[in-house]
Amino acid sequence: MNIIEVKNLSKNFGNFKAVKKIGFSVEKGEVFGFLGPNGAGKTTTINMLTGLANPTSGKITIAGQDGIKDIKKVQQIIGIVPDESNLYDDMSGFENLVFCASLYGIEKTVREKRAKELLKQFTLDSAGNRPFRAYSKGMKRKLTIAAGIIHEPEILFLDEPTTGIDVESARQIRKMIKELNEKGTTIFLTTHYIEDAERLCHRIGFIVEGRVVKVSKVNDLMVEAQQENTVEFAMDKSGSSLEKLLLSNFSGITIKNMTDHSIRISSAAEIELMPFMRFFDDNGIKVSEAKVIRPSLEDIFVKITGIGIDKLRKEKEGKKK
Amino acid sequence: MKKLLAFFSILMKDMKNYYLKPPNISWGIIFPVSWTLMFFIRSSSDVDIRGILPGVMALSVLFGTTSMLAVTITFERKSRSFERLLLAPISLNLLMLAKTTGAIVFGIINAFIPVVFASFLANLSGVNWISAIIGVVFIAVTSTFLGLFIAVSVSEVFEAQTFSNFFRFPMMFLCGLFIPIEDLPVIVRPLSYMLPLTYGADILKSSINYNGSIQMWVSLLVLLGYSLGLFLISTHNIRKRWIY
Ligand SMILES: Nc1ncnc2c1ncn2[C@@H]1O[C@H](COP(=O)(O)OP(=O)(O)O)[C@@H](O)[C@H]1O
Ligand SMILES: [Mg+2]
Repeated sequence: MNIIEVKNLSKNFGNFKAVKKIGFSVEKGEVFGFLGPNGAGKTTTINMLTGLANPTSGKITIAGQDGIKDIKKVQQIIGIVPDESNLYDDMSGFENLVFCASLYGIEKTVREKRAKELLKQFTLDSAGNRPFRAYSKGMKRKLTIAAGIIHEPEILFLDEPTTGIDVESARQIRKMIKELNEKGTTIFLTTHYIEDAERLCHRIGFIVEGRVVKVSKVNDLMVEAQQENTVEFAMDKSGSSLEKLLLSNFSGITIKNMTDHSIRISSAAEIELMPFMRFFDDNGIKVSEAKVIRPSLEDIFVKITGIGIDKLRKEKEGKKK
Repeated sequence: MKKLLAFFSILMKDMKNYYLKPPNISWGIIFPVSWTLMFFIRSSSDVDIRGILPGVMALSVLFGTTSMLAVTITFERKSRSFERLLLAPISLNLLMLAKTTGAIVFGIINAFIPVVFASFLANLSGVNWISAIIGVVFIAVTSTFLGLFIAVSVSEVFEAQTFSNFFRFPMMFLCGLFIPIEDLPVIVRPLSYMLPLTYGADILKSSINYNGSIQMWVSLLVLLGYSLGLFLISTHNIRKRWIY
């Protein structure tokens, strides 16, 4: 069953088209990830889905309700974790959580109990009485996530949950996302980390320049990637002069990532190492190592989107808005 | 029931975080006290103190309310915590009422600080307290919504402060409290009648000194109109600019 359905959704800022007629659906109970570089339109899409931005055109259905007209009803069953931690600086961690729960009409005893549980779950219990402003970046993000789930939403939206925080907090957050999903919460997250998309999501939508260029199961993507075999040879000198010769001697191969001391060879068929070793040896190049390269989602991302991986890695250029 | 709970939580949070903070309380007290003293020192007799009481009350409300929203709204908007409220499952109207009620209450309390002082220094018998309270409430609501209008029209806290002075100072001099409207130059008189404080001040003058010049129901209607208008424009602006 689809819990989120998006059709022809667009958002223009003046003449600039930030999101261009995108369509996708999210199944109940899954973790769906939007993967794309900065400026691709991920936050804009989340904002439209959660009611912080008005779509220019298109249709959103969330849990059977009109996600534009009946957004206030939808907001009752969704949790939102923005890309910046935006709780109240002067209030303690505990007070922040209790306040957020009260916005959803949760009564006092219940919300205080849940706040305590969440602080514990996120290993923030010792910081519960300190003001939010005194928290580290990772702690802030964790509390912001706790605030997003204190009303036990059916769907949780997370905008770049692991960006810009310490490794340990990021690990805890990933674990928490998995556990939450196992308990039945549907999760929509955005990220520009391939690793996160791979580790957390069941399905990924690739978003580039306001367009969703592909939606696919992570498993399928991996299978697709495995269709290609790659071997990397480490050598004592450059093999660039041999490129032509290699291609003519071995049919069906492609050569990638040629550096001074290594070469990558890919082929749809299985790659036998010995003929290559002999070839290099015959041409006076010593091979010190040959290793099979596990295909990564990174390669697939590049293949699907046609944009370089370095672009995805690039952190935010300047603040907008 | 759930909505009501959210309403009171927002109100209590603002009270605790902003209104009841020491700098704010002291401002709320120092301001009316200094106004009161300034005028009382210049007044020589009882009648004078009672004469200027409506003015001091009205200004205490005006200054106590208009700048509050710069903090509770503009500041929260800047730190993005306001987004949290916009994303909560309560209607924008209820949300804005929750955000403004604190300022209204604070303004009403501010109005009665000069009254406490005056009660020691002057004879306040014969004041129509019921209509005075109604007047104060109406002034508090209108000037809070004026503050709301300003707060949602700007993006920086200092802009909100500057912008509110742009409204406050002309109102102070043109509302007929210190200079009777009849003594103002003819060309600025229409301006006086365009300012909401003129009507609020007139209610207080009628209630305290029986020297108002506008029928009370007219003043109440005008203030109601202003409040409604400012509130609707403000929520419209939020819908247009903040839910972009
Ligand atoms: N309020 C806005 N006004 C104008 N342009 C905007 C606004 N918000 C986002 N944009 C632009 O829309 C594009 C998509 O932004 P965003 O959704 O934040 O990307 P992402 O979250 O994928 O990094 C960017 O080019 C950004 O500059
Ligand atoms: Mg973003």
